[in-house]
Amino acid sequence: MNIQNMILTLQQYWSEQNCILLQAYDVEKGAGTMSPMTLLRSLGPEPWNVAYVEPSRRPDDGRYGENPNRLYQHHQFQVIMKPSPDNIQDLYLDSLKKLGIDPLKHDIRFVEDNWENPTLGAAGLGWEVWLDGMEITQFTYFQQIGGLEANPVAVELTYGIERLASYIQDKENVFELEWNNGVTVHDIFYQPELEHSKYTFEESNTEMLFELFTMYEEEAKTTMEKGLVFPAYDYVLKCSHTFNLLDAKGVISVTERTGYISRIRNLARRIAKAYVAERERLGYPMLKKEEK
Amino acid sequence: MAKNVLFEVGLEELPARFVDDAEKQLLEKTITWLNETRISFEDVTTFSTPRRLSVLIRGMADVQETIEEEAKGPAEKIAIDENGNWTKAAIGFTKGQGMSVEDIYTKEIKGTRYIFVKKRIEGKKSSELLPGFKEIIESIQFGKNMRWSTETMRYARPIRWLLALYDKEVVPFEIASVSTSNKTYGHRFLGNEVIINDPLEYRAALRNEYVIVDSKEREQMILEQIKDLEEKENLLIPVDEDLLDEVRNLVEFPTVFIGSFEKKFLKLPSEVLITSMKEHQRYFPAMSTNEELLPKFVGVRNGDNKSIENVAKGNEKVLRARLSDAEFFYEEDQKNSIDFYLEKLQRVVFQEKLGTYADKVSRVVTITNHLCKMLDVEEKVAKNAIRAAEISKFDLMTNMVNEFTELQGIIGEKYAILFGENQDVAKTIREHYLPKQANGDLPDSIPGSIVSIADKVDTIVGCISIGLVPTGSQDPYGLRRQATGILRILSDKKWSISLESILNIVKSVYANTDIQLQDNATITKALNEFFQLRTTFLLKEDDIETDIIHSVTAKEIGVFDYTEKKAALLSQKRNEPAFKPIQEALVRVLNLAGKTDEMKINSTLFETESEKILYSTFQEIVPDYEKANKELDADLSLSILSKLAEPIHNFFDNTMVMANDEKIKNNRLALLNTIAASIKEFADLSLIEWKQHQ
Repeated sequence: MNIQNMILTLQQYWSEQNCILLQAYDVEKGAGTMSPMTLLRSLGPEPWNVAYVEPSRRPDDGRYGENPNRLYQHHQFQVIMKPSPDNIQDLYLDSLKKLGIDPLKHDIRFVEDNWENPTLGAAGLGWEVWLDGMEITQFTYFQQIGGLEANPVAVELTYGIERLASYIQDKENVFELEWNNGVTVHDIFYQPELEHSKYTFEESNTEMLFELFTMYEEEAKTTMEKGLVFPAYDYVLKCSHTFNLLDAKGVISVTERTGYISRIRNLARRIAKAYVAERERLGYPMLKKEEK
Repeated sequence: MAKNVLFEVGLEELPARFVDDAEKQLLEKTITWLNETRISFEDVTTFSTPRRLSVLIRGMADVQETIEEEAKGPAEKIAIDENGNWTKAAIGFTKGQGMSVEDIYTKEIKGTRYIFVKKRIEGKKSSELLPGFKEIIESIQFGKNMRWSTETMRYARPIRWLLALYDKEVVPFEIASVSTSNKTYGHRFLGNEVIINDPLEYRAALRNEYVIVDSKEREQMILEQIKDLEEKENLLIPVDEDLLDEVRNLVEFPTVFIGSFEKKFLKLPSEVLITSMKEHQRYFPAMSTNEELLPKFVGVRNGDNKSIENVAKGNEKVLRARLSDAEFFYEEDQKNSIDFYLEKLQRVVFQEKLGTYADKVSRVVTITNHLCKMLDVEEKVAKNAIRAAEISKFDLMTNMVNEFTELQGIIGEKYAILFGENQDVAKTIREHYLPKQANGDLPDSIPGSIVSIADKVDTIVGCISIGLVPTGSQDPYGLRRQATGILRILSDKKWSISLESILNIVKSVYANTDIQLQDNATITKALNEFFQLRTTFLLKEDDIETDIIHSVTAKEIGVFDYTEKKAALLSQKRNEPAFKPIQEALVRVLNLAGKTDEMKINSTLFETESEKILYSTFQEIVPDYEKANKELDADLSLSILSKLAEPIHNFFDNTMVMANDEKIKNNRLALLNTIAASIKEFADLSLIEWKQHQ
């Protein structure tokens, strides 16, 4: 099965489980969790079931398109269900069957893994799902987001698309994976991988990036003070990506690093609080909808 | 009639590390509950898998034990009126106990007669009490708990079913919106839902559904299959206990398989291969019959052997990817030099206030240099130690250690050799992390021991100097473990440098930096208290009692090897009748000393024969005594001190210390002070609780 069909299959399956199919969020981010559709919407009492593909940028993992396993940008298939359904493990395993993975022919395990993202004040408990020893999915029950208790608890499934595909297509090199018939990951992503690596490690304008970080941070603060949660959060994401670019270039010392992370975390926390307050003020519209 | 009872908690996969302990708690809590609830039973067995915790109580009585309880009422004179009738008080008492006045009897307690009734408490039916077992299930403690869905309960993982049977009946209760039933579930992929009609069928019923509920049985299955493989493939598979414990709790039905990887990966450091297999993938590495690592591994699947070659193939692919990564790191790392990595250390913070790793390394080099001088080691050894200290942390900046953090030091040793350092320097890089646990292996080489002490003492003095003293369970920098390590190395190497002299050097090293330190008195006090506790901890492990520990560390912790020897010797002497007169003499001196500060002895002021003899004997022994102390010979030191016993007794019998003449009195006190100071060089014997029996 090529990647395109994998994505279509997962979308079809999770839409049948009443998930809202969304598109990738249009601000750079390091993980699907950082999309406001996960990070903010997982907070508060309103039900929220959603699935989307998220291109995730990790500048530090850039390898000029030479490493068979690491990418500047990979893809995650993200599912969020709040409250977590009682049969979520079965739902997940059924999704693997849809991808053609027969559990009787493999060894599928749930191996303890507690997830934490200090930058976003988020933490959860769950597993890495192993398929014959390979981690294919992060399975997490959110316990805390933006420093706030998650209640009710949302469950997050993050499928590593390229990982899973390398298994399904039996390929050793990520660039050999088929995206659709005849078109490979190499065809689509090799040039951007190479160029982004070159940009990140060699060519990026450090001074400008530092300046942008400060500007984005300021804008996030002022926007938040005006009660505009979503625009403020966009600027937090921009801060985070700018920080990642600087960090990958090695221009942030470790001391400064902690400082930057805590600046982003503080913003994320305040926005999480503001989001919850705003939903409450609006009378939790999604909750009312469900009651109807 | 006795019946059998079964409870099973069905869970989403528990972390393997919680399973054994949870099962143990379930067993203990069940027995306690049965005893406290006064329900008799034949035996209790528990089971566990990653998806279930269960307990089988066999031969449980169907009623609670009936008991008689004696209830004490008022005194007889209050219970009976002048006409010999029961008073209101007596009637009220019996009513309150649910009895009547006919049941009253009297007994005398401490000269007063009281009225009593014997209450019979009928046992309740077990079926009524069993729903209370819910609390046992809820009370199991896990290392980390979570919430799920809309539930308020916190548990290791979500509860998905509850099986609760009293013989054939379901015991009704509910936990986290899950109600009990007579159903359980087999293996996730190979098994089905099963109805259990009789608790005794539980094990067999689940076995049919590919679940081996007894964790020891799963372990046996794994071991047997490994043994078969060893024979069939003619290889050795050393079984690591911890890994076995983990693996048996990752599966409900174990099937062992063998996989292989490309020979070319064998050129990687073996620790990298073993860590990838064991720690990351939970495989058992395979060895040839002459104990050489083979490009093979053994894994355990959660399931049967259907398509097992497919599972092996998948696992091979994963390991190959990991090893390719490692190979890439190995090659990349070698493209740079040690200096390249050292330069990088300048940008990594060791501790916010204590500076970067480069700062730390430079202090460790200075301390190493001092230690080499104090220990008067050969020039070549000192050179190796200092070079090793300079590059002790370079490997932290390599890709390999970044990926395999647990291999810090080990990779340092391998790479140092590749980069052309000598064997001793390379080995020191590895050894300076030892001991890794409080009672772990110690460094073997002299440079390894020196740099290990230097690195640890730098961390300890640094952290304590900025107020980071470990409290309770909080010891983020592992200072306690490191302090224990220092003392153990000093003792193991029998080095005659005192702990205090090392600490003083490190304090002065810090004083020469621009790090903001607490004031000197605070630091010294905190360091003393911290090391005193560590010394006590270590000596107690050797069964040394507290009073002896206090006596040998009263002045200072000193040369630790000598301190240990003195403690062991005194522990023995305190019980020896022959030592009693000696001990009494020496303690007598210690008790009188300190009445003045006077230390100046004027021999012309001596009047009595006994004081003259005491003084001359003391003068005679001093050179030998000092020599023995210096040579750390506890036996000899104490036996030399013992020579003072007779002259001391003689002195006290024949000389008035508190003479009327101030000068003479002070001179005698000065003599005692001087001798006392010498005794205290050995130990403050007055702090010991002597136990010699006559």
